[in-house]
Amino acid sequence: MATKASRSAARVMMAPAVILLLGWMLVPLIMTLWFSFRKYLPLRGGDLGFAGFDNYTRFVTSSAFWPAVQTTLVIVLGVLAITVVFGVLLALLLDQPMWGQGVVRILVIAPFFVMPTVSALVWKNMFMDPVNGLFAHLWRFFGADPVSWLSDASLPSIIMIVSWQWLPFATLILLTAVQSLDSEQLEAAEMDGAPKLKRFFYIILPHLSRAMTVVILIQTIFLLAIFAEIFVTTGGAFGTRTLSYLIFQRVLESQNVGLGSAGGVYAIILANIVAIFLMRIVGKNLDA
Amino acid sequence: MSLKSTLGAATALALITASGAFADGHSKTITIATVNNGDMIRMQGYTDNFTEATGIAVEWVTLEENVLRQRVTTDITTKGGQFDIMTIGMYETPIWGANGWLVPLDDLSAEYDVGDILPAMAGGLSHEGTLFAAPFYGESSMIMYRTDLMEAAGMEMPDAPTWEFIAEAAAAMTDRDNEINGICLRGKAGWGEGGAFITAMSNSFGARWFDEDWNAQFDTEQWANTLNFYKSMMDASGPAGYATNGFNENLNLFQQGKCGMWIDATVAASFVTNPDDSTVADSVGFALAPDTGLGKRSNWLWAWALGIPAGTEQEAEAKQFIEWATSKDYIELVAANEGWANVPPGARTSLYENPEYQKVPFAKMTLDSILSADPTDSTVEPSPYVGIQFAAIPEFAGIATEVSQEFSAAYAGQQTVEEALAKAQAITNEAMEAAGYR
Amino acid sequence: MARAVSPRRKLMNTTFAWAIGLLIFFPILWTILTSFKTEAQAIASPPIFLGFDWTLENYSVVMERSNYGRFLWNSIIIAGGSTILGCIIAVPAAWSMAFVPSKRTKDILLWMLSTKMLPAVGVLYPIYLLFIQMGLLDSRAGLVIVLMLINLPIIIWMLYTYFKEIPGEILEAARMDGAGLKEELLYVLTPMAIPGIASTLLLNFILAWNEAFWTLNLTAAKAAPLTAFIASYSSPEGLFFAKLSAASTMAIAPILILGWFSQKQLVRGLTFGAVK
Repeated sequence: MATKASRSAARVMMAPAVILLLGWMLVPLIMTLWFSFRKYLPLRGGDLGFAGFDNYTRFVTSSAFWPAVQTTLVIVLGVLAITVVFGVLLALLLDQPMWGQGVVRILVIAPFFVMPTVSALVWKNMFMDPVNGLFAHLWRFFGADPVSWLSDASLPSIIMIVSWQWLPFATLILLTAVQSLDSEQLEAAEMDGAPKLKRFFYIILPHLSRAMTVVILIQTIFLLAIFAEIFVTTGGAFGTRTLSYLIFQRVLESQNVGLGSAGGVYAIILANIVAIFLMRIVGKNLDA
Repeated sequence: MSLKSTLGAATALALITASGAFADGHSKTITIATVNNGDMIRMQGYTDNFTEATGIAVEWVTLEENVLRQRVTTDITTKGGQFDIMTIGMYETPIWGANGWLVPLDDLSAEYDVGDILPAMAGGLSHEGTLFAAPFYGESSMIMYRTDLMEAAGMEMPDAPTWEFIAEAAAAMTDRDNEINGICLRGKAGWGEGGAFITAMSNSFGARWFDEDWNAQFDTEQWANTLNFYKSMMDASGPAGYATNGFNENLNLFQQGKCGMWIDATVAASFVTNPDDSTVADSVGFALAPDTGLGKRSNWLWAWALGIPAGTEQEAEAKQFIEWATSKDYIELVAANEGWANVPPGARTSLYENPEYQKVPFAKMTLDSILSADPTDSTVEPSPYVGIQFAAIPEFAGIATEVSQEFSAAYAGQQTVEEALAKAQAITNEAMEAAGYR
Repeated sequence: MARAVSPRRKLMNTTFAWAIGLLIFFPILWTILTSFKTEAQAIASPPIFLGFDWTLENYSVVMERSNYGRFLWNSIIIAGGSTILGCIIAVPAAWSMAFVPSKRTKDILLWMLSTKMLPAVGVLYPIYLLFIQMGLLDSRAGLVIVLMLINLPIIIWMLYTYFKEIPGEILEAARMDGAGLKEELLYVLTPMAIPGIASTLLLNFILAWNEAFWTLNLTAAKAAPLTAFIASYSSPEGLFFAKLSAASTMAIAPILILGWFSQKQLVRGLTFGAVK
């Protein structure tokens, strides 16, 4: 049905979006690349000349680099694992007949509406504070010593906070997928006496694979960039410094824009590796 | 509503949004970026007095300290021009002033009486003798302790104790069953939080950040002594999770009666003695920050000050505001409304000569602490930098934040003190090399 | 999938689901409750759940200190403006990808998504400098543009998946009836995609509302939205749990209410093409 006319019309219609995004990608990218080859120290008078690959070698040989990459991956994978697993379980649960389904659904998706800064502040102060936090009260009630969550279990704590924020999103998408499940097929399987677990692994899970891919793709994009949660809770201490937080420290705290920009280029490369990897899977899975 | 009109309305709304941003231009409004500390919030409440007197409206941008620093630093280095007045500290002011980014405050009116600003404060907020920011309040650090607990422990706090005495007293006051910790100190990562405390403390142990050739000094015995002493004292007598406690966490603990001693900013004295907020208001004593007999005490010097970014179009109005906010009259205004204990302290000599203020229990100790701090000579061995709890070089904030993160990890028991110090040494030398010092 | 189950089973489901729902919702509930306590009650040990003296004091303190109305209005304008502008640009693009696909369509789509992976912190300086040049600092217009660009890939992708589900025969029929491109888009496609567009708008409104890096770093006073409002309550001196809770509640309440009222719409549309 694609005529020549509609093809050119299509091009015109796509143009604004493509041009805008191209600009949004290229302009900062080129500026970042430019800065990354300069010795650019705002507090020492700005641009101090060409730096060659100094910034690149310095960033990557810094003792903080590999731990930061590792932390980034741990957080992304940790949150993905939690949200996908619990998202599937929650979606299946919410699909069951029950009283007050609508209200439960509202309760479950509510965290998605909370801005990351607020959720980090609330968790940090009102729950994880080792003296006045609710968890501390709970622990004391059971006669245990309160845990200093954000220092002794910093990474799990942050993964938990972020998972709390993203679980609703995963649940919602997976729920729509569960609801679209052909119930006749399931009932047939039930009649055949297929045990519950088998039904889950052979019918439900394959059906959800597409939805899971979408959840993973979208969440990865957002999770690679999490910042507020770390800034508010630990400030990058106790092994919670991600790559984007490391760049923040270089650019803003150390005021070394050249070094930070080189880090930005590495982060773009990392993101693209992840992206290519993801899109291979998604591309296969999303072929309509 | 038809689809067409929906789309039309949507476009219109988007356009209005876009144009609305340019519509509101005031001629006589100044924008002030400030930190959300109690004294600043109070000042916001009195802004109407200023507007009434001068006709200049004030827009406040109140941010938490870390966000504020990030925000104003970006703006000043890029000459963004978003603010007419910025709230900055003793660390930023000389560096920014040297770069020509701040308007020199050398033409303030006679009645403002620049000479009345405490010399230590004026010195720390100047570059080569020119004042670049006016102190709104100034502070040193000192010991705040519970007189009742001290008495119960059968000890007596000298006016100028040693660290050894503090550790002993802390152990004696600690009562885990009643949730009383002998001592509360900052352990939180961040150069202005735990980093500031441990640096000031290290001065009294004879340590320094850099030798005269800008080599990091974390491999010295003095630093190892500082950290080991801090950690063993805090493990024995400090609160749970002290590695994440900063000023505010400790303030809350102290106000709730959960600390025997607390060594921190002198401005905290007015909070812990305020019966509205503090459960222990009537049993707080004060003493100078401790030493180890090497000639330097562990107190710092800091001021939150108001500076004007160069290039602002409202320079005259901004100066008017600064003259108002840091004046003797403002102090009188607050004193008249909220009592002398609540005026912004540590900025003016005349305040400490005022007989009314001298009645405030912490006034003398605050002044003594401020007077005993000298940013130009803060370490036992000679050092190339100015500053007590910081080194006034542009790279310091970044380095010290990372170093203090390693320290905090050691406090939390995730690595040993030796490991933390070795990492600190590497981080610092790495960064100093990147900046071209070494 | 309304299956018939025994009442016992239904009761079990209900209990279990409610327990989990309340557990997930609890942090928000606790924040709202704490906002009505005094500071002393907020840190009381053991914690007080409901039996405290309800007070509005925290809200009046917050209202007195900050110009909440302006922050709120800025949030609405910025989130709303960027969402609408994004949709205006995304609808034609998504349409052409869905109905006039070429070999490169999928590549373009995935490339668009990849622009979202640019680390924001890394490009703060470039963007800040650009904004100074263009005079967009502390303007709602600037934020509308930035947030639109950030969310545009998501909008396009969502719309693309909805459009793809519309059968081509309908378009053929419309063309037979003499509908031009414009009519086709306005009267045939868009109405069919309304549920999808609605949930796209909602999701992006939420994302834009909660965006906390650019909204904080590119604003000062005039254009600052609720994300900046909360930054002035995050760690002040003294006890602050109750005031923090009040400010937090005020920051999230509008979007929470919107989300609750529109959750059916959101749930129906939020598929990202995951369901065939």
